[in-house]
Amino acid sequence: MKIDTIAAISTAMTDSGIGIIRISGDDAISIAHSVFVNKKNKKCLDSYPSHTIHYGFIIEEDGTVVDEVMVSVMKSPNSYTTEDTVEINCHGGIFMMQKIMEIVLHAGARAALPGEFTKRAFLNGRIDLSKAEAVMDIINAKNEFALKTSIKQLKGSVYEIVNKLREEILYEIAFIESALDDPEHISLDGYPQKLYDKNEEILKRLEKLLASADDGKMLKEGIQTVIVGKPNAGKSSLLNVMLGEEKAIVTEIAGTTRDILEETITLGGFSLHITDTAGIRNTEDIVEKIGVEKAKQAIVDADFIIYIVDSSIPLDDDDINIMKMIKDKKIMILLNKSDLENYVTEEDIEHFWCSAISSNPDTGSVSFSQNGRVIRTSIKEKEGIDVFIDTIKEMFFYGELTYNDEVYITNMRHKEAIRESYESILQVQESIRNHMPEDFYTIDLLSACAALGRVIGKEVGEDLVNEIFLKFCMGK
Amino acid sequence: MIEGMREKVDVCVVGAGHAGCEAALACARLGMETIIFTVSIDSIAMMPCNPNVGGTSKGHLVREIDALGGEMGKNIDRTFIQSKMLNKSKGPAVHSLRAQADKSEYSRAMRKVLENQEHLSIKQAEVCELLVDDTLEKENGSGCKKIIGVKTFTGTIYECKAVILCTGTYLKARCLCGESITYTGPSGLQAANHLSESLKKLGIAIQRFKTGTPARMDKRTIDFTKMEEQFGDERVIPFSFSTDPEDVQIDQVSCWLTYTNEKTHDIIRQNLDRSPIYAGIIEGTGPRYCPSIEDKVVKFSDKDRHQVFIEPEGLHTNEMYVGGMSSSLPEDVQLAMYRTVPGLEHCKIVRNAYAIEYDCIDARQLYPTLEFKSIKGLFSGGQFNGSSGYEEAAAQGLIAGINASLTILGKEPVILDRSQAYIGVLVDDLVTKENFEPYRMMTSRAEYRLLLRQDNADLRLREIGYQIGLVSRELYENILHKKNLIKNEVMRLKNTTIGASKKHQDFLSAHNSSLLKTAATLAELICRPELSYEILSEIDTDRVSLPEDVIEQVEIEIKYEGYIERQMRQVEQFKKTEKKLIPSDLDYDDVKSLRLEARQKLKSYRPVSVGQASRIAGVSPADISVLLVYLEQWKKS
Repeated sequence: MKIDTIAAISTAMTDSGIGIIRISGDDAISIAHSVFVNKKNKKCLDSYPSHTIHYGFIIEEDGTVVDEVMVSVMKSPNSYTTEDTVEINCHGGIFMMQKIMEIVLHAGARAALPGEFTKRAFLNGRIDLSKAEAVMDIINAKNEFALKTSIKQLKGSVYEIVNKLREEILYEIAFIESALDDPEHISLDGYPQKLYDKNEEILKRLEKLLASADDGKMLKEGIQTVIVGKPNAGKSSLLNVMLGEEKAIVTEIAGTTRDILEETITLGGFSLHITDTAGIRNTEDIVEKIGVEKAKQAIVDADFIIYIVDSSIPLDDDDINIMKMIKDKKIMILLNKSDLENYVTEEDIEHFWCSAISSNPDTGSVSFSQNGRVIRTSIKEKEGIDVFIDTIKEMFFYGELTYNDEVYITNMRHKEAIRESYESILQVQESIRNHMPEDFYTIDLLSACAALGRVIGKEVGEDLVNEIFLKFCMGK
Repeated sequence: MIEGMREKVDVCVVGAGHAGCEAALACARLGMETIIFTVSIDSIAMMPCNPNVGGTSKGHLVREIDALGGEMGKNIDRTFIQSKMLNKSKGPAVHSLRAQADKSEYSRAMRKVLENQEHLSIKQAEVCELLVDDTLEKENGSGCKKIIGVKTFTGTIYECKAVILCTGTYLKARCLCGESITYTGPSGLQAANHLSESLKKLGIAIQRFKTGTPARMDKRTIDFTKMEEQFGDERVIPFSFSTDPEDVQIDQVSCWLTYTNEKTHDIIRQNLDRSPIYAGIIEGTGPRYCPSIEDKVVKFSDKDRHQVFIEPEGLHTNEMYVGGMSSSLPEDVQLAMYRTVPGLEHCKIVRNAYAIEYDCIDARQLYPTLEFKSIKGLFSGGQFNGSSGYEEAAAQGLIAGINASLTILGKEPVILDRSQAYIGVLVDDLVTKENFEPYRMMTSRAEYRLLLRQDNADLRLREIGYQIGLVSRELYENILHKKNLIKNEVMRLKNTTIGASKKHQDFLSAHNSSLLKTAATLAELICRPELSYEILSEIDTDRVSLPEDVIEQVEIEIKYEGYIERQMRQVEQFKKTEKKLIPSDLDYDDVKSLRLEARQKLKSYRPVSVGQASRIAGVSPADISVLLVYLEQWKKS
């Protein structure tokens, strides 16, 4: 029986010099063989003896060279997993590793689940029994983490699009299945053509999704950064300055940004995924209240908080509320509007901070400087912005700010899943063109549905049966 | 207390519905001294609801029961009055046979089989108590109880090695027709009111399900000219693989189709407050696949009409079944609503529609052998396990009967998996998943349905039936022969090439098929949608004459080869985890890295294999990985 072949990037997702992509399983060698050429542009990896390393290039399907690499071949049982294993040593850099990983997946490997190499090594007797506990811990801990990451980092709009596509496909499956189960009540006359047209439309939407995955637009990459503050403190102006364009609406009226704006900016080697939130204040306005709730949620998911204070107005209870919300996070406070008369000092911040956190007896009194830094700016006059940016960079390079590199793997998994659903729908079209009976459509529609479900963490299972009963009237 | 009578048998079967009959016959045929109890001898194999056997996916079950050596297929072949292959225009996987039964003949014929079965006796008595030996359990705390007998209402004790509970809808049954409530079983028969208590005392968790049936009409009061006549198939295909097809070419009766309308729906809407379900008197959820007409009108209010099938209940009765209009509305509303339907304007109701509530179990208390995890020798099948339908019941009865016997004989039990049979899907779903309503088989529940066709049930299961001892050597050898014929013919078609000669091109253009550019095999031509094995006979001159059922298999194998191969690969994957068994004494608390929810579910339902564990809601793939690692460690140390 065949052991399916898994692949993973086994070095850190940073812009380091070298990256390694590891492939393991029965098809490891043939998969690597199909994407690797030697310097004479020949595919010959399958002829290499075990435990040898070779110079050559990774190529795309059409033969385009992607990277110059060293490839090592380790044949079963003499490898970490005891399965056939190939390691591709490529040039580091997130982009290159991702690209090669994608090519490998496209050639037939499956993205390894967290801890899967170790699991295989253990199950194949390569790791001794005393380590079993550790192996089990790793598997569940890593999976929980990956699962949380993959859903948390999916952009809200992408979630909606995938979810809707999946639901529409599920509806078609349920319709076909109802008709098959209850042919005397539900007819499929003329349905194949209808489904064909529907699928064409679905294919277009999937293409768009694939394109956005290519541009890395599906996920919130980088450090999850949230801008908070009271209304009219200058949150949207800050985002605009950082983006260099007017995206958020900025007016003089307090409470203008009532929803959440998201943007990604790159700061030489790393990126911030910035969420601009509605101003937080005690309010009766229902729409504004919803914005405040969303802001609170964004704070929970954040790696880094930029808290903007309007220094031309004294601090008040709303500031204490904000401080309470963000007290467990990495924080930077901007004392904005330094061009106006100044009512807020660093001491005021320290003072309010202490009263904000000491109202919670668990935390004890911790100086604000241990959590974050304070910088004076005038966003309007573009003063202090350079210091602000440099400070963020400094925090990143000194390791004060980190982010979750699982996101790149997630992006690849998602992309592979969407491609799979795309190809399954194409298969349905083929079946319709070949006049296959309708029950054959659901085989591939189900695969498409399951693949999309993987992106948003939903399984088909009882969903289908529920959908059948919910949407269609069956019955004797 | 006066000591009652005592008798000794091997197996006691409680209930003589479709599950009980198969269970008892299987046991007796495997040499077990068997006794079958029923509250009424006249209700053996009774059909209290629809007058048919089979239908989508249920037809598959009947074929599988037959292939394994069960009785249902043979019995419906003896007593059907109309037969139809459903879904004929669709793929072979969803073709389904359905036959209208002569209800009383069906019941009578099955009773005759039971009465003449060696090692089997029938007893009219209500079983009130299960007798168990719990010394083992009490001594070491971890062993389980063991069944030793049953006690009837009259106090007689039947000592036995196994009990199979097939109580259908009889346990604490309650029938509702509007405001009128009776504490009876189906069709006004006596309910079984005592056994539930005994089961509860033994620690078996009981739940309450509900189902319903429509009214029966007097044929003389129906105007059939206002309805569409529904005929049976011209050429009838028997259910049983051992019935001679020529024996089932009988004169068939018709069914009739009519529709509800806005008037019907108005009456229902105006009287919803008098429906026990909508008034909240019935609390259990009704089965969603056969909703009452009230449900249809409320949930699908956009539909301006619903189909109504008028089906004869038999040849020697005027009763007609009103399919599609089951209801628990009061009698006066029923009559008013039925009379709005074209053709039923002057109808007289012979039996009212009613809803019925009954005690049953959450089948997750069972192993896939249908034996209780907590009581050795106690098996169960049918509606008692939370299913619905005659065919689902019969299938479980058969499996429970087989496994009770094999256990007594000290042999390995039989568990069909999801890739082998619809029966496997049915049992696995029942013992693994949480059910909130009576479970009905559906083709969409079978993930490998392309392989689990009704046409190949014999090829899939005859051999297993033979190994169990329910299928004769002769029938088994027939199957081996059939398999050979199929294999050889497929090979011949794949290896016979025909060239682009004028004769062949003319043939192709005559059938609107594209012309050959290079030579092609006969198999490749069969794959074309516009061609078939039969059509090719014109140019396939070397062909030898083969039986119809062999040709059918050959054609399916060739036409759908790509899809079939894909499913076979999926099955390979599926079997991997299915084969990894979990020791029954595994301590899940010792598997530290399992998530809490998964640990609780695994602890309470104790799946037999890693595959079954993976299908339990709340157990994630990561938990399965953890479990695999743990099992490996456990095995080695």
